[in-house]
Amino acid sequence: MTHGSRNVSVPALARVEGEGGLEIVVENGQVAQARLDIYEPPRFFEALLRGRSYTEPPDITARICGICPVAYQMSACQAIEDACQASVTPQIRALRRLIYTGEWIESHALHIYLLHAPDFLGYESGIHLARDHPDIVSRGLRVKKAGNRLMEVIGGRSVHPVNVRVGGFYRAPATAELRSLVPMLEQARDDAEDTLSWVATFDFPEFERDYEFVALRHPDQYPITEGRVVSSSGLDITPAEYDSHFTEFQVSHSTALHSVLDGRTYLTGPLARYSLNSARLPAGVRAAAHAAGLGATCTNPFRSIVVRAVELLFACDEALRLINGYQPPDPPAIDVRPQRPQRPHQPQQPQQPHRPQRPQQPARDDATGYGCTEAPRGLLYHRYSITGDGVITDAKIVPPTSQNQRAIEADLKDFAAARLGLEHAKLTSECEQAVRNHDPCISCAAHFLDLRLTEAGPGTGTRTEAVRQT
Amino acid sequence: MILVIGIGNPDRGDDAAGLAVATRIREAAPPGHVTVRELIGDQLALLDAWTGASDVYVVDAVCSGGTPGTVYRFDAADTLTDRFRHRGTHTFSLADVVELARALGRLPRRLAGFGIEGAQWELGSALSPQVAAAVGTVTSQLLKELKAGV
Repeated sequence: MTHGSRNVSVPALARVEGEGGLEIVVENGQVAQARLDIYEPPRFFEALLRGRSYTEPPDITARICGICPVAYQMSACQAIEDACQASVTPQIRALRRLIYTGEWIESHALHIYLLHAPDFLGYESGIHLARDHPDIVSRGLRVKKAGNRLMEVIGGRSVHPVNVRVGGFYRAPATAELRSLVPMLEQARDDAEDTLSWVATFDFPEFERDYEFVALRHPDQYPITEGRVVSSSGLDITPAEYDSHFTEFQVSHSTALHSVLDGRTYLTGPLARYSLNSARLPAGVRAAAHAAGLGATCTNPFRSIVVRAVELLFACDEALRLINGYQPPDPPAIDVRPQRPQRPHQPQQPQQPHRPQRPQQPARDDATGYGCTEAPRGLLYHRYSITGDGVITDAKIVPPTSQNQRAIEADLKDFAAARLGLEHAKLTSECEQAVRNHDPCISCAAHFLDLRLTEAGPGTGTRTEAVRQT
Repeated sequence: MILVIGIGNPDRGDDAAGLAVATRIREAAPPGHVTVRELIGDQLALLDAWTGASDVYVVDAVCSGGTPGTVYRFDAADTLTDRFRHRGTHTFSLADVVELARALGRLPRRLAGFGIEGAQWELGSALSPQVAAAVGTVTSQLLKELKAGV
């Protein structure tokens, strides 16, 4: 790339990023605070997008995450099409849902097999698990590969798909191309059933939580690409009303913004999706979920691995269903053009004392659009304001990990409180597991969390113990 | 088949070192002799990328606290050193992928390569001078080995 160029492409999937840290502050034998410090790239991208063409966000934002590029592309397309008052065809919607199932398959298989299962089976990592159980890990990689292939065939490639554009796709895959994936996906579906039976046998700590769940809800489908934003406390809004209820603010210990729903901590992701939408799963998947020990809702974050396995099975089923009914969209994309303002402006956001100031606000006649989709690890919100000439004047991206940060910290606070007597390595490992329950898109999703235990109390002075695991 | 795989992120400064070597090898290697691939992102993709290849070279950037531009050699006959183990978001380091492949019986017959110690990883930055020089060193060494059929 060239410095000063307007067309900078900036993948954030640097293999050096993501120093996740966790600090637990103990006062008088009680956990006073649990703080998760994470790196979050979207802030950089919001600034980068301002001044660019309305056609660019799908390509640029796909580079925010190497694991869920499709989620970024889909939320971006939806928001821009909303601003342009364009509505894609049913065929394009179906193809979007299909590529998104590939991402769910890929991401969930990776997390279940290589990141989360080792915790339950007493292995240090997925590699150690593979040494003793190569067949099991090979099964996980086989499922992951099926998801990757689906993303490659539709998206052109799996890491940063290049075939997605505002309005649809550059090229619609031929029916035969998609049908050639059926045997692989049928195998993945069988493997997903075995995955669910396998994870259902794990031992789960008793740790029921009183979460406020937030997820999309669609009238008749398990939500992936569209729906209203609902919560377990009765919120039921369109994506356009998101900013009236959800507020981000800065905290001193993290580069990521925290997010609250009308001032309350909430959780998004598989537990929320499942608990708010299990009735919308196909009957066969619902039955498999019940056979694996899940009720209509799930409030134990350690059981999220079971919920992910249910969603893995659902995603395989859904991919096969969509391929079976596939009609290539023709044309592969609709024409989407920026509009002069014809809609009321977004509602005024509530004032927050720490809300960061945005350097550039959209002009009064810009059109603003909103998009929400369900990334593998939760709700992903995009908002763009676009001039009549198609220039982006404002961009806002709220990823699931930042939304879940407060809920993860609340989990950690209560979880660690009952385990303070453990020796440091054991406490660190159990806290890591509690973080991994939520599959955050940060480095502590793997085994290298830094745990700082700070003890402070009258008469005891303050002791800080820092341990870096490598 | 001899396969050369360069790993990296083209827009994060010295993280592009492996990709830079791959590009140079593609230009300079004897035609028909060597296949070159670039890998951006999920390094688990290495498992599939080297399937079917018997002799594989991998070149990657390293962030291990060493002097920028230092070149480290590895041979997967042994466990890779901690220099090839990194922290990252959901991604597995080269050392992890090699060990995973070993556990699953998916290592190529011969797997070796180079790590180049990076200096800076800023979004949108270019290779540092030390790493750019190391890219030249690694390219020359690799070409020598490829020609000698080592």
